[in-house]
Amino acid sequence: MVAQIIFLVLTLAAIALFTVNLRKIIRNIRLGKPVDRRDQPQKRLMTMLRVAFGQSKMVVRPIPAFLHFFVYIGFIIINIEVLEIMIDGLFGTHRIFNGLGSLYNFLIGSFEILAFTVWVSCAIFLVRRNILKLKRFSGVEMKSWPKSDANYILITEILLMSAFLLMNAADAKLQLLGASHYVNAGAFPVSQYLINILPSTEKALVIIERSCWWFHIVGILAFLNYLPYSKHFHILFAFPNTYFSNLEPKGEFTNMASVTNEVKAMLDPSYVPAETEPGKFGAKDVTDLSWVNLMNAYTCTECGRCTSVCPANITGKLLSPRKIMMDTRDRITEVGQNIDKHGAEHQDGKALLDDYITREEIWACTSCNACVEACPVNIDPLQIIMELRRYAVMEESQAPGSINAMLGNIENNQAPWKYSPADRFNWAQES
Amino acid sequence: MEFKVPTMAELMAAGEEPEILFWVGCAGSYDERAQKITRDICKILHHVGIKYAVLGTEESCTGDPAKRAGNEFLFQMQAMTNIEVLNAYNIKKIVTGCPHCFNTIKNEYPGLGGTYEVIHHTQLIQDLINEGKLKAEGGESFKGKKITYHDPCYLGRGNGIYEAPRKALEVLDAQLVEMKRCKSNGLCCGAGGAQMFKEPEKGNKDINVERIDEALETSPQFIAAGCPFCMTMLSDGIKLKDKEQEVKVLDIAEITARANGL
Repeated sequence: MVAQIIFLVLTLAAIALFTVNLRKIIRNIRLGKPVDRRDQPQKRLMTMLRVAFGQSKMVVRPIPAFLHFFVYIGFIIINIEVLEIMIDGLFGTHRIFNGLGSLYNFLIGSFEILAFTVWVSCAIFLVRRNILKLKRFSGVEMKSWPKSDANYILITEILLMSAFLLMNAADAKLQLLGASHYVNAGAFPVSQYLINILPSTEKALVIIERSCWWFHIVGILAFLNYLPYSKHFHILFAFPNTYFSNLEPKGEFTNMASVTNEVKAMLDPSYVPAETEPGKFGAKDVTDLSWVNLMNAYTCTECGRCTSVCPANITGKLLSPRKIMMDTRDRITEVGQNIDKHGAEHQDGKALLDDYITREEIWACTSCNACVEACPVNIDPLQIIMELRRYAVMEESQAPGSINAMLGNIENNQAPWKYSPADRFNWAQES
Repeated sequence: MEFKVPTMAELMAAGEEPEILFWVGCAGSYDERAQKITRDICKILHHVGIKYAVLGTEESCTGDPAKRAGNEFLFQMQAMTNIEVLNAYNIKKIVTGCPHCFNTIKNEYPGLGGTYEVIHHTQLIQDLINEGKLKAEGGESFKGKKITYHDPCYLGRGNGIYEAPRKALEVLDAQLVEMKRCKSNGLCCGAGGAQMFKEPEKGNKDINVERIDEALETSPQFIAAGCPFCMTMLSDGIKLKDKEQEVKVLDIAEITARANGL
């Protein structure tokens, strides 16, 4: 009975804490500017099913795709087991679903195989990061916390899967001993090999089985609450992020409605501008970005596929699309913390541009869309870069000198180079 | 040129409308290397007998480099002025000689009041081949020659057009070899996003050199391009590698014109 109460309190506390943090993140995302992404619901749903659920963009790199698939499937399927654990924990039952008979055996057997493949995949991931030191996982933005974050996630998953398998092994041995409360249920294709290393007294086995059971479920609840602080948040946000992702051709950049108004008024003095909210052009800080940009930042799992295909980054420039996303997330988190501590009106004098992302980074971008194409969850770092450029150019007139010269040429000669408009058709005179 | 390139103003004066407007673009108009491509596109249009026209001195920058540099004002000023001209001529269909113009007019003009059917010149060539109006005969033979095609970002990833340029090359019976990074994974030439007009940021290599190294790995005789900016970047790369004699960088329009003896 005491165990059931402890279990109930722990579960409720974990869910409550997670809800509080999730709501904070949603509030932070809502600090972004509005953008309507409710059109074409069917196409959006298909995109989500294909890209997030079906992992379609992962296959470009077959080895991590294969390993990630095991971890992903393991995560989804083993959650069925968590449901049983929840019911058992609340009602003091044991293996409540065993009435399913052979189906139950099949399920437990599958969970075991999946747990094992998750274990192996995570171990290989650790080796790739820490021993093989793959280039994709390094970079200026991958020091300290982001580096540890990745390792914590992998180690936690390995520990959780180990506890699950050890629990089953102890359970299986108790079933063999005919211990009361331990019904004969389940198939143990993996944990059967652990049976021999376990002690043979019933008392010791029960301690191991219970400890692993508690470790497994408390670990899951703790991991749930780790998510909002971690890059691992993608396991939840990959779904809304792909649903609300851009469906237009990647080459198309948005036309700013506020500018359209002013330009129309300039070209036609009789034009009455539509009502629009006055605001700045482009983005200086995260709150000038759209909510989709901010959701993108929370979804990023720092895999670095974007940076590894970025032509600027490949050739040694400072720009890293992954850093753009991580900076955006760090800054919106900071803005959120400021609101919690000092209220909504507080200004800390900092901004995304210059305090996090430098001019050198945004001007190195070729707008080639390789980063957008590479992202397995449809994150768009290019849009953030463009919004920062818009601010630098339209609000501050701060562009590299040669860019200003090019803009001046378009304005005066209707071409980016300094040629006379009268000479535009000269090409037809030669052969 | 052996024939006169018709302008919209002339057609209008004669009370005629073209089937298609050829949007030349700034590079195609002023850049000496790109002018050759422009003339070859005209030769192809003339050869197949499509009724076309250009805007001539009435053409103006689409505003693409201004937009990618962050100057939305200048972009929309350019766009709206151009749309006024295009709509006044009642233009329905446009072929561009540049993926940047193509992307801008196709995707960004409709929201500002300019809706047209827009195709890139490699798509036009593919259509003409499919319709049997254009073959690869009567000119230089590319049979068995090694050609590698460089995907321009604003044609490929930007608009998902990977097949048309390749179809235009397949008809040559040449040996097409793909670079390691091609199609949706293609590496930028380094000129997009207004980079064409500025010095690159500090780094350890120029992007076009990285790309040329990759192209040369396929040991091609020709590098095929579909964008005047890529053309500049790739030609500079070849010059830097001192390979101008062995490897030619040609636009797909030039290859097509040569194969047909135009």
